Amino acid sequence: MSQMTEEQAKEYWRRNLSLMFKLLVIWFAVSFGCGIIFVDALNQIQIGGYKLGFWFAQQGAIYSFVALTFYYARKMAQLDREFNVDED
Amino acid sequence: MDLQTLTYLFVGGTFAVYIGIAIWARAGSTKDFYVAGGGVHPVANGMATAADWMSAASFISMAGLIAFMGYGGSVFLMGWTGGFVLLAMLLAPYLRKYGKFTVPEFIGDRYYSKAARAVAVVCLIICSVTYVIGQMKGIGVAFSRFLEVEYDTGLLIGMCIVFFYSVLGGMKGITYTQIAQFCVLILAYTIPAIFISLNLTGNPLPQLGLGSTMTGSETYLLDRLDQVVTELGFDQYTTSVRLSGLNMFAYTMSLMIGTAGLPHVIIRFFTVPTVRDARRSAGWALVFISILYTTAPAVAAMARLNLINTIEPVAGEHLVYEERPQWFKNWETTGLLKFEDKNGDGRIQYSADKSVNEMVKIDNDIMVLANPEIAKLPNWVIALVAAGGLAAALSTAAGLLLAIASAISHDLIKGMIKPDISEKQELRASRIAMAAAIAGAGYLGFNPPDFAAGTVALAFGLAASSIFPALMMGIFSKRVNREGAIAGMIAGIGITLFYVFQHKGIMFIASTAFLGDMSPNWFLGIEPNAFGVVGAIVNFAVAMLVSRVTAEPPVEVQELVEHIRIPAGVTAAHDH
Repeated sequence: MSQMTEEQAKEYWRRNLSLMFKLLVIWFAVSFGCGIIFVDALNQIQIGGYKLGFWFAQQGAIYSFVALTFYYARKMAQLDREFNVDED
Repeated sequence: MDLQTLTYLFVGGTFAVYIGIAIWARAGSTKDFYVAGGGVHPVANGMATAADWMSAASFISMAGLIAFMGYGGSVFLMGWTGGFVLLAMLLAPYLRKYGKFTVPEFIGDRYYSKAARAVAVVCLIICSVTYVIGQMKGIGVAFSRFLEVEYDTGLLIGMCIVFFYSVLGGMKGITYTQIAQFCVLILAYTIPAIFISLNLTGNPLPQLGLGSTMTGSETYLLDRLDQVVTELGFDQYTTSVRLSGLNMFAYTMSLMIGTAGLPHVIIRFFTVPTVRDARRSAGWALVFISILYTTAPAVAAMARLNLINTIEPVAGEHLVYEERPQWFKNWETTGLLKFEDKNGDGRIQYSADKSVNEMVKIDNDIMVLANPEIAKLPNWVIALVAAGGLAAALSTAAGLLLAIASAISHDLIKGMIKPDISEKQELRASRIAMAAAIAGAGYLGFNPPDFAAGTVALAFGLAASSIFPALMMGIFSKRVNREGAIAGMIAGIGITLFYVFQHKGIMFIASTAFLGDMSPNWFLGIEPNAFGVVGAIVNFAVAMLVSRVTAEPPVEVQELVEHIRIPAGVTAAHDH
């Protein structure tokens, strides 16, 4: 196991938190934002047979969740390598 | 071949596979039993997590609920998937790094307190048991409908199967059976959906079919559905809000936090080899879950449309009762579908107006199971749906039973009562605990308590208001201490229980509901099922406040927190 200085550990954690915060803002926006709070406004826009707000609530939010989780896993794997704390 | 033979063939065939896997994947150590040896590939674990998570409720009930709630049903779709984002970022990687076997074990170590561990064990057992009752009931119902055996016989067969592979294989057996069960349940869910989508819209992908035009017409399916339901006097399908925007917000958030805090889901992430795998595995789990969750809204809308089209093929021309289709008769005999000829014209009127409506009962739960019959799909599809419903119920039941058994053998017996037992004795204890848990769940399945239906709210409320905040603060704060965590958990559960009980009755005995279950009495108009988020906020607030006025956690604990935040040096799941 590689040793990290205290500063490095702090920096690693700070970068993790900031990535997480950004992704959770998107997480909130696609579900609670587009799917609930602004649903009426978005429903004015129609894409195919879907009202856009309805689409976010029943389809779009879920696709975004998948993308967010994989993006987080990928970015964190890069961060692990950068700080030399990856596991192989 | 007739439906009955096909059903026996499909159900029997899948059961043979589950048993075969159980014999192949026997557990030899406690590590095998609790975390499948800690060497499960992240994609495989994702699949097993998906089967673990998607229960009889997701498979059988959810689309039916959405069919009648329309847009309001979105709370389940977003709530039960969005929780995995929280799990992937806030909990799974750190708990994997910590590398032990159970959720209460982490809480006990992080808050250096056996009392905290005991509180966590109690919460875990309550949420898992309430959940298991529902699965057991689902198994009994599915068997009695499709194999035409008694409910009790069906339940007994189901119990024997679960007993066989979970007592023998523990987490190892459960993981590999769940992978098989995922394949069965996802095929069983999507194949009828593809057929129905093709029928109605000509588009084989239900996710796209839902946004397409109807076959041979320029009208969009959703517009057509909005039109027919409003003609019958119901709220417009695509805009019908569940009570209020705030209530939908709270409901969705409660389900998300509850999902991330459910112990049987969390322990699945202890089975992968590394922290990086835990993150990726959460993503894969979500992919596999999304296949069902993005198909469900299409199944819901199309089932509602097909139902109305059957009853009233052309506006104003109602189906003659004597000419009703076979599926209608089948479900009438179960009592889940009821017709009452109020105006005596021998035809079926379906309407939102209660005084005219003659479809006096349409149980939500029959929609998915009846859907292939309503759409006149071939018999083998109907048989496949039966096998899929059983796979969904069995896989979730097994995961929950393992969470209960490990809390008993690892946290209660090894952790508190008799810390010096050998690994062999602990393995035996966990097998006995598993057998006892199955027998207990079976007993509750044979005699389902009246409150079983109402307790789902409690399971999510408990997970959201006690387990999730305690875990999250344990990772993200070094300052939250023993006193804070215990006070927070108790305050969070306390207020959630109080709110649910005052509206639903103490232990769900309706007459003791001192405030009555009606919306004017609800706090900000939030229904009891959606209250978990308020409990969670109370938990966070109390824990922070109490921690501030009491002593800091000891240095070793602060070091433990720093240790779990960095992935390197992860060891295979901790040996005891």
